[in-house]
Amino acid sequence: MATSKGPALAVAALATAYAILFLGAEKQAELAALLVGAAVAVPLAARFGLAEKVRSSIGANEGFFHAAVITGALITALWFHDEHFILLMMTTSLLLMVAALGLTVQFGYAGIVNFAGSAFIGIGCYTAAVVTKYTTLPTVLTLPLGGIMAALIGSILILPVLRTRGHYAALVTIAFGILFKTFIEVNDTLGGPQGMSVGSLTLFGWSFNDPIHVGSFEASFYLSYIVVALLMLALCFVLVRRLERSWIGLSMDAIRLDEIASACYGLDIARWKIVAFTFGNFLAGMAGALYGHVLGFIAPNNFTFGDSLILVSIVLLGGIGNPWGVAVAAAFVVILPEKFQIIQEYRFVLYAVLVILILLFRPEGLLPRRLRRYLPAADVKGSA
Amino acid sequence: MSTALLRCAGVTCRFGGVVALDRVDFEAGEGEIVGLIGPNGSGKTTLFNVVTGIYRADAGSISFAGTDIARARPQAIYHSGITRTFQRSRMCLPLSVFDNIMVGNHKRLHHGFAFNLLRRSAFAEEFRRSHAEARELLHVFSPRLADRIEEPVAGLPMIDRRRIEICRALISRPRLILLDEPSAGMTHEETRELMDDIMLVRDRMAGLTIVIIEHEMGVIERITARCAVLNYGRKISEGAFAEVARDPQVQAAYLGVA
Repeated sequence: MATSKGPALAVAALATAYAILFLGAEKQAELAALLVGAAVAVPLAARFGLAEKVRSSIGANEGFFHAAVITGALITALWFHDEHFILLMMTTSLLLMVAALGLTVQFGYAGIVNFAGSAFIGIGCYTAAVVTKYTTLPTVLTLPLGGIMAALIGSILILPVLRTRGHYAALVTIAFGILFKTFIEVNDTLGGPQGMSVGSLTLFGWSFNDPIHVGSFEASFYLSYIVVALLMLALCFVLVRRLERSWIGLSMDAIRLDEIASACYGLDIARWKIVAFTFGNFLAGMAGALYGHVLGFIAPNNFTFGDSLILVSIVLLGGIGNPWGVAVAAAFVVILPEKFQIIQEYRFVLYAVLVILILLFRPEGLLPRRLRRYLPAADVKGSA
Repeated sequence: MSTALLRCAGVTCRFGGVVALDRVDFEAGEGEIVGLIGPNGSGKTTLFNVVTGIYRADAGSISFAGTDIARARPQAIYHSGITRTFQRSRMCLPLSVFDNIMVGNHKRLHHGFAFNLLRRSAFAEEFRRSHAEARELLHVFSPRLADRIEEPVAGLPMIDRRRIEICRALISRPRLILLDEPSAGMTHEETRELMDDIMLVRDRMAGLTIVIIEHEMGVIERITARCAVLNYGRKISEGAFAEVARDPQVQAAYLGVA
C-alpha cells in the first residue's frame, strides 16, 4: 500500500514558506499575526484529520520527507543569503537541535536528566578555540575532537550519575555545569572571564570565515557554516533515529521504565546509562565545536546554567524522545525571542511559563513521541 | 531427588531484625511444576527475589543446573536460564506489546553498535525473525492479543498484561520459570483461562520447569504435583497438595491456632 507523498511534501513546503515569512518579517504585528495564525491553523488541521494523513504520508516516505526538509532549509538559507543575523539565528538553532538530540538520548531514552547541556557545548567550543589557537591541527578535526572531549570530561560524571537517581542525578549535573563555568573563568590559558577567540574552520585551504563570491552572487560567510551545521544535524538525526529503532533504543527505554525487571532480563543498566550519557555528550560537544567557529569569540558567560535550562526546555517542549519535536522546539526557542524585541529581556520568564503550560496541558510535548517502529512501513507489512 | 534443576539449601535472608527466609530448603526437578504457598508475608516472593539475584542470601546455597548462583547478579542468572514474572506486573506500559516481549529476549538479540546502527539489513532480518516468534508465542495464549502486538501495553486489561509478562518470560526459552502469583487481580474465569494457556505452552516446551506462587488453591491443586508451604520464612510442609492441605501445621498457619 503506497501512501501518497503529497501531504509530506506539502508540510515541508509550508514549513519552508512559514520559516521564510517569519524570519523575514520586520514588524512586530506581522510576527504576532504569523504566530497566532500557526497556533490556530495547526490544531484546526489536526482536528480535521489532516494530522493523521500527514503522519502516514511521512511515515511511508521518510527518506523523501527528510530530503524535502533539508531542501527547504537550504532554500530558506539561500533566501536570506546576505542577512548575517538571520543566518546566525538559523545556524544557532540547527546546532542547538544537535545538542538537544543528545539530550533526547540521555533523558528521553535512558532517563538521565542532564542540566549541564551548555557546559558540554562549552567543552566543544573551548576545544575548537584551543585547537585553533595552540595547535596546527587541521581545523575540521575540531568537530570530532569537541565531541570526544565532551564525552571524556563527561565520564567524570558517570560514577555519580550511576549511583544517584532522579533529582539527585540532576543535582550532580547542575553542580558540574556551574563547576565548568567557574573553572573556565579562573583559567588563564583558556582566557579567563574575557574569553577566547576561535579561529575559522578551514577546508582544503578555504576559510569558512570568508564571504562567498560565485560570479555575481555574494553571500554571507554564515551560509557555509549553515551547510555544515545542516549536514551535522542530518547525520545526528539519522543516527539517533536508528538508535531508537533498534534493540539499543529498546534497552534504553526498558532501563528507564523499570530497572528491576530489566536486570532480571539480562539488561546491563550501567552499560546503557553510560552509553546514552556519553553519546549525548558527544553530540553536544560536536555541536559546540562548530558553534565556537560560528561565533568566533566565546566567553564563560555563553555557557550558563540558564542556557542548560533552555536545552532541557527544548526537549520538554518538543516532546520527550521525539527528534522532530526537538527540531521544532529548538527553532522556536532560538528565533522567537530574537524576533520579538519585547521578549528579549523576559525570555527566561517566557520559557518558564511555556514549560509550565506544556507540562500542565500537554505533558508529552508539542509532538509526542510515537510507538517505536523498527523498520520502514513497507517492510513491517511484509513481516506480519 | 539428586537431579534437581534448582536446589536451595538452608537459604536465609534477613532484613535488619526480620528474618524473611529462615534456612529454607527447596528443590525443583527438571520438568516439574512446583507450587509455593503460604500466608501473606511468609517469604514466597523473597525466595524468588533471592533466586533471581535481586536480594542476596545471607546464608545457604542456591544451585541451578549444577552451578552455584547464590552470589550471581540478576543478569547472569537470566543468562543461565531462569526467568520470572512479578506479583505486581512490571511491564513497560508506554511501550508496545512486542517491545515488552523483546525485553525478555535480550540474550538472543545482538546489541552491538555496528549491528544496530549500520548493518540495518541484518538488523531487519533479526527483527522479522523475532517478530514472527513473538507473534507465534502470543498466538498460543490469545489470537486476539497477537493481533494487537503493535499496541501499547497501557491500553490492555490485566489478563492480557499477565499473558504478555509470561510471554516475556518464555521467549528466551528458559529452563526454569518462576511465576509470582499470576492470578493476582483477575477473576476466577480469567485465572482458569490463563492456567490453561500455561499448561498448553508447557506441553510445547519440553522439559520446562515451573515454580508457581499462588493463593488460589484450586490452581495449585490442578497444576502442581508437589508444593511447599512457607510460614514466617520457614518451610513448614511439603508434598502433594492433598497431603499438605491435611497437615495440621498448614491449617494452623492459614486459619490460626484455636
